[in-house]
Amino acid sequence: MAKVAMTVNGRKVSRECEDRTLLVHFIRDQLSLTGTHVGCDTSQCGACVVHMDGKAVKSCSILAAQAAGAEILTIEGLAANGELHPVQAAFKANHGLQCGFCTPGMVMSAVDMINRYGARLDEKTVRENLEGNICRCTGYHNIVKAILAAAEEMGAAGRQAAE
Amino acid sequence: MGVEGIGARVARKEDKRFLMGQGRYTDDMSVPGMRYAAFVRSPHAHARIRSIDTSAAGDMPGVIAVLTGKEMLDDGIGNLICGWMIHSKDGSPMKMGAWRPIAHETVRYVGDAVAVVVADSMGEARDAAEAVLVDYEVLPAVTDAVRALEAGQPQLHPEAPGNLIFDWQLGDSDATDAAIAAAAHVTEIRIVNNRLAPNPMEPRAALGIYDSAEDHYTCYTTSQNPHVARLVMSAFYNVAPENKLRVIAPDVGGGFGSKIFIYPEEIVCLWASRRAGVPVKWTSDRTEAFLTDAHGRDHVSTVKMAFDADNRITALKVDTIANFGAYMSLFSSSVPTYLYATLLSGQYAIPAIHANVRAVYTNTAAVDAYRGAGRPEATYLLERTMETAARELGVSPAELRRINFIRAFPHQTPVIMNYDAGDYEASLEAAMAAADWNGFPARKAEAASRGMKRGIGMSCYIEACGIAPSAAVGSLGAGVGLWESAEVRVNAVGTIEVLTGSHSHGQGHETTFAQLVAERFGVPIDSVSIVHGDTDKVQMGMGTYGSRSGAVGMSAIVKALDKVEAKAKKIAAHLMEADESDIVIENGALKVAGTDKSVPWFQMALAAYTAHNLPSGMEPGLKEGAFYDPSNFTFPAGCYIAEVEVDPETGKTTIVQFVAADDFGNIINPMIVEGQVHGGIAQGIGQALLEGVHYDPETGQLLTASYMDYTMPRADDLPSFKVSHQVTPCPGNPLGIKGCGEAGAIGSPPALINAITDAIGNNDLTMPATPQKVWAAALAAGN
Repeated sequence: MAKVAMTVNGRKVSRECEDRTLLVHFIRDQLSLTGTHVGCDTSQCGACVVHMDGKAVKSCSILAAQAAGAEILTIEGLAANGELHPVQAAFKANHGLQCGFCTPGMVMSAVDMINRYGARLDEKTVRENLEGNICRCTGYHNIVKAILAAAEEMGAAGRQAAE
Repeated sequence: MGVEGIGARVARKEDKRFLMGQGRYTDDMSVPGMRYAAFVRSPHAHARIRSIDTSAAGDMPGVIAVLTGKEMLDDGIGNLICGWMIHSKDGSPMKMGAWRPIAHETVRYVGDAVAVVVADSMGEARDAAEAVLVDYEVLPAVTDAVRALEAGQPQLHPEAPGNLIFDWQLGDSDATDAAIAAAAHVTEIRIVNNRLAPNPMEPRAALGIYDSAEDHYTCYTTSQNPHVARLVMSAFYNVAPENKLRVIAPDVGGGFGSKIFIYPEEIVCLWASRRAGVPVKWTSDRTEAFLTDAHGRDHVSTVKMAFDADNRITALKVDTIANFGAYMSLFSSSVPTYLYATLLSGQYAIPAIHANVRAVYTNTAAVDAYRGAGRPEATYLLERTMETAARELGVSPAELRRINFIRAFPHQTPVIMNYDAGDYEASLEAAMAAADWNGFPARKAEAASRGMKRGIGMSCYIEACGIAPSAAVGSLGAGVGLWESAEVRVNAVGTIEVLTGSHSHGQGHETTFAQLVAERFGVPIDSVSIVHGDTDKVQMGMGTYGSRSGAVGMSAIVKALDKVEAKAKKIAAHLMEADESDIVIENGALKVAGTDKSVPWFQMALAAYTAHNLPSGMEPGLKEGAFYDPSNFTFPAGCYIAEVEVDPETGKTTIVQFVAADDFGNIINPMIVEGQVHGGIAQGIGQALLEGVHYDPETGQLLTASYMDYTMPRADDLPSFKVSHQVTPCPGNPLGIKGCGEAGAIGSPPALINAITDAIGNNDLTMPATPQKVWAAALAAGN
């Protein structure tokens, strides 16, 4: 057993867990943040993507102990004051989700993608960068549309702020 | 249409909780005292169990119970059943072998459960499961259905000699043979429909909670039809009587058919909860899902299609062998029979059809309905045959289809179905225009100049949806009725709850169903809540599959709304001292037509509940229920066109465009319907290019048991899709809806394969058309 402390969605947390506990299970079982999902056991599906120190990681592929001291952002921490983040809003406006199971990972990957590429995103880049997130419902068509729409909106907002 | 009514592209009400991580799926559920289950599964495809030693596992840390199939048998838990009776052509009933929830004598596929461990943590349960010692006598296995029928092969069930479950036929054999003998041309082809794993992203899970004080069970489960689960677990598996069993299917992360069926694990969790005295949760990992979720397809067929001198089809003869896996899953027998052979007429007027289907046991996972269920198999067979015939006859593929289209309705096919409405030419023309079919030769030449082989292919599909009327499916062997129920509750403040027996696991019912109510009463959809998925809330329902929630589920809601409207008008007429026939409902108010008198909707509702001033003899309250049983199946149809480029150096296929033109009848929310089509097409493209379940033919080991081995379609494997709708309303239900959930998966595989075989000039190609296969086929054709 080990005591693991980290910051999750802006809140300091500390829990006793088995040494072998994966970050995803720490988040789901110890912190009861069940928005982060487990869809496979080979780090392929991306349903468990969270941000660790500002970068997207598959939380099934690292131990909780490896995240000790880190800043973790999960899907529950993305919306501010109940207002959907622009990526979440774009997924809703563009029907980028159906069953909702892959959605948290998709959204967290999309935010990371937009952070990295900004306005340079195009359809081909979005599709290549979604390689690590599997969706069985949407055929990706509307997910791609949603991410491009969000990138445009966030880029526009960024430009406005800079002006 | 209002902004939230029928035909509006309303953003989904359910999205916010999913987008904020507040969806509640079965594995998200926790209850006090809950423990975790891990299954011990057979590593052999076929073996006799000599002994099971649980002593070491029982002593492991955190272990509460280790239970085996023997104890389950002692407790009277019944065999799993197939609920659709099929009779062979000799009149004998299908040969159903015994399927124990936990095997106690023989295991028949890799993954068959042999014991279950309940422990304090998931890790401890899994550790202990590995410590259960099972002594197996390994037996020879057979995984291929064609081979399993041969003499001298391993035998799976004593009930089914020769591994043959049934040998069934439909249609007129003599007339078909005579037409083939007299034909001007006969196209013959062998068609393999590859085995698939459905792969909803949420793995199956179950939480069983036994309340010893009340002798009552609660089951949270990943189900498309919780009421059927309760019925079957109660009536056949002896888990508990229905009034002592509550089944809840909360948010469910996709189903695609695979979550229709009642699996061993939910039965075991309920039973183990009583045995161990603690709530028991099991969550499948992805490898368990590949091993134990029911697979789809896996047909091998030979086809003969006969033409007269004018290129009209005169007959179709089909012989199919269907792999059922090791056990008969809940609706398995309906898939290659009444959901398959009844659609073999396609969109064409064919005077004579005969289909023979043999269902076969093999040492593989059970096979049952997967998105489309039988209809993709029929469409793939028919549309590859049509394309092949067009090439042999030297006719354009569009022309051959046009010559043979059914153009007058209703149309009685020779294989049971009576098509009620359609316009196949309209979808064909829409698809060809969207794909710029006529511009293809120029695009092909341009691709050739880059060294690429460009091909184009089409597919004209039809399907039968709703999977009803009940009397019809009953006469064909269904063990249940396939109607749907609804209850509409108007609260005293005028807000509305709609209880439905349909189940949403991605289809957006919370929005679409609310749009129906908004349209009818002019109330905002935010004042309408949809309640589903809980047997304690909704009395009975048949669930969601077969694209039935619109055509059947919403029709039940319409019937209940009719009753609510009638009573609401009576109350309003009484309040305004008007004649009820003069009352109209507009923008959330009940008005006396032609006057300025009106009563707001909420005031009428309040009057219903205060009951201070109701018409004489009227009961207080405003709540109405309805059951709806349709008069016919519905028949969505359409035309899909795929255009591809094949790199002859690598065999890699790139989809340069994909066009879908569908006739789903009337549409409530076009945005949601388009989403259903996109997802269906992606699964169809997956089948055509990427996906395939493979077992080692000697050992029966599953070789594709993870996402490292089974190729799921990813974003960069797919294009964006061009989707359009043509509308011929369905005359069989009040909304004119046909259903849209499965079309994409049905229409797309043959379009893709027809395009690739066009590109490479070789028709000898099986799905999935991997680069290796395409490269070899192109090479074999000298291309």
